[in-house]
Amino acid sequence: MHIAKDLVAASATPLVLGILAEEESYGYAILKEISDRSGGRLEWTEGLLYPLLHRLERLGHVESSWRTPEGGRRRKYYAITEDGLRELAEQRKQWAAVTDALQDVWKATRTLGPVLPPALEA
Amino acid sequence: MTGTDTELEAQIAEWRSYMLRRKAISEADVDELEDHLRERVGDLTESGLKPDEAFLIAVKRMGRMDELSREFAREHSDRLWKQLVLDPDRDAAADTERRRGLLVMIACAALGVIAIKLPALFGLGFDDSGDFYGRNIGLLVLAPLAVYFAWRRRLGGAAIGVVAGLFAVGAIANNAYPFDAESQSIVLSAIHLPLLLWFVVGIAYAGGEWRSGQKRMDFIRFTGEWFIYLVLIGLGGGVLTAFTVGVFGAIGVDAEVFISEWLMPCGLAAAIVVAAWLVEAKQSVIENMAPVLTRVFTPLFAVTLVAVLVAIGVTTNAIDVERDMLILFDLLLAVVLGLVLYSISARDANAGPGVFDWMQLALVVSALLIDVLVLIAILGRITEWGLTPNKSAALGENLILFVNLAWTAWLYVSIIRRRKRFAVLENWQTGYVPVYAAWAAAVVLLFPPLFSFA
Repeated sequence: MHIAKDLVAASATPLVLGILAEEESYGYAILKEISDRSGGRLEWTEGLLYPLLHRLERLGHVESSWRTPEGGRRRKYYAITEDGLRELAEQRKQWAAVTDALQDVWKATRTLGPVLPPALEA
Repeated sequence: MTGTDTELEAQIAEWRSYMLRRKAISEADVDELEDHLRERVGDLTESGLKPDEAFLIAVKRMGRMDELSREFAREHSDRLWKQLVLDPDRDAAADTERRRGLLVMIACAALGVIAIKLPALFGLGFDDSGDFYGRNIGLLVLAPLAVYFAWRRRLGGAAIGVVAGLFAVGAIANNAYPFDAESQSIVLSAIHLPLLLWFVVGIAYAGGEWRSGQKRMDFIRFTGEWFIYLVLIGLGGGVLTAFTVGVFGAIGVDAEVFISEWLMPCGLAAAIVVAAWLVEAKQSVIENMAPVLTRVFTPLFAVTLVAVLVAIGVTTNAIDVERDMLILFDLLLAVVLGLVLYSISARDANAGPGVFDWMQLALVVSALLIDVLVLIAILGRITEWGLTPNKSAALGENLILFVNLAWTAWLYVSIIRRRKRFAVLENWQTGYVPVYAAWAAAVVLLFPPLFSFA
């Protein structure tokens, strides 16, 4: 399934902040995490991820540090900040409002939806 | 196996050097992307691909990043990835741009030489009209530089008007004011006019976008690097001059008139434009020069200033406030400000506070403490003897630098305590730039009438 560009862009910030809210991480792992969480339906490019991470850092939502894990390469880790947590809470509220409204609409027009086949409604 | 590993390393190294050419991607970004690339290559090889195949696929996905994955003829199969990363059109365009920059530089350097020799046509020789050149040298050498930037940045009509207008105002005020022959104001103008015009050049440098903090920071960086290049050219010029004098002296020809009338003034005028061109053309060569010097001298200056404070405390000797003392301490504050500015301009705004920030804080605070002692002594003298143009200008500069550094110190404290982000300090410094320009303008334009051209 292809997800529209606008939708990918709009969901990018809450996804990254949400993943970082669980634990700090680095670029490649975040990319894999997003692919896993979406069952492979969200395929981000590096061109989307790194500029986004750098922008979030500039806004103070995340902070980064270069560290060298034992026996590994030097790597840039990102962690969420207090500001980022606030932003995440705010985004969650907004997304909840959107998904609530969508659920409502889907229910009203369920006959059109491919999600619930008519057989189940009988 | 090791063969393919070294091959992979070589390919990654080459990929790095190509990524580093992109101005939008910093070295740290390339480090980050390299880590990403290696992870992906690792995953792909685990899933059964050979390292070179894995590298190609990983780089192909990365290449989308700046949308450079345009097709172009294959040179070597082992360098196949280049076509995914490199844009041949852009390289050609960059070549043309470089050549154009060189031509504009030569034209403007020639303009500078003409500007500085033109008064000689009207009987104003460089040697015997010291007064005229003292007043106007800033004007004569900086106007070609402003032209250079106006040309290079393809400045709009309005911005050209502003730059030209400010140059004209400076020229008129400097030459039309009826200064007394031995007045202090004439020296003050000679010092402050180049300063003022330097900020006007900054408007041209910023392509008219002088309100942008980013552009102002670029101009601060440019100023430091330009100065370093100018000094280097000056050193080379000194060696050339010494050889010219010596060699011509050996064959019994006196070259001194040629040197003082032609080589030195023309060399200076041209060097000012050439240095500006070098800063832009050779950016990667010397980019980190000003920050490196800053790193070396910040601790040294900090230690010296603390030692002075300790010496004052131990001996309880008051600072001897002679005539030139204010200027000396103005210079001290300016040097400290320069050290702060260049470390700010090179610092990663996202990095956390470190040892160097403490050093900067120590430097700024000790300079401020010394300055307070000096200011107290000076105010005593001024209440006793009254204000002169020299004292007023020096005092004003002292206060302007003092305010800047005091607030800088406060911001450093907040940053070290992680209360504020580093970007705040950067904004403060770039926001303060117009204050210096306004003060220089006041000294050039308002001081002479205020002190009745004394």
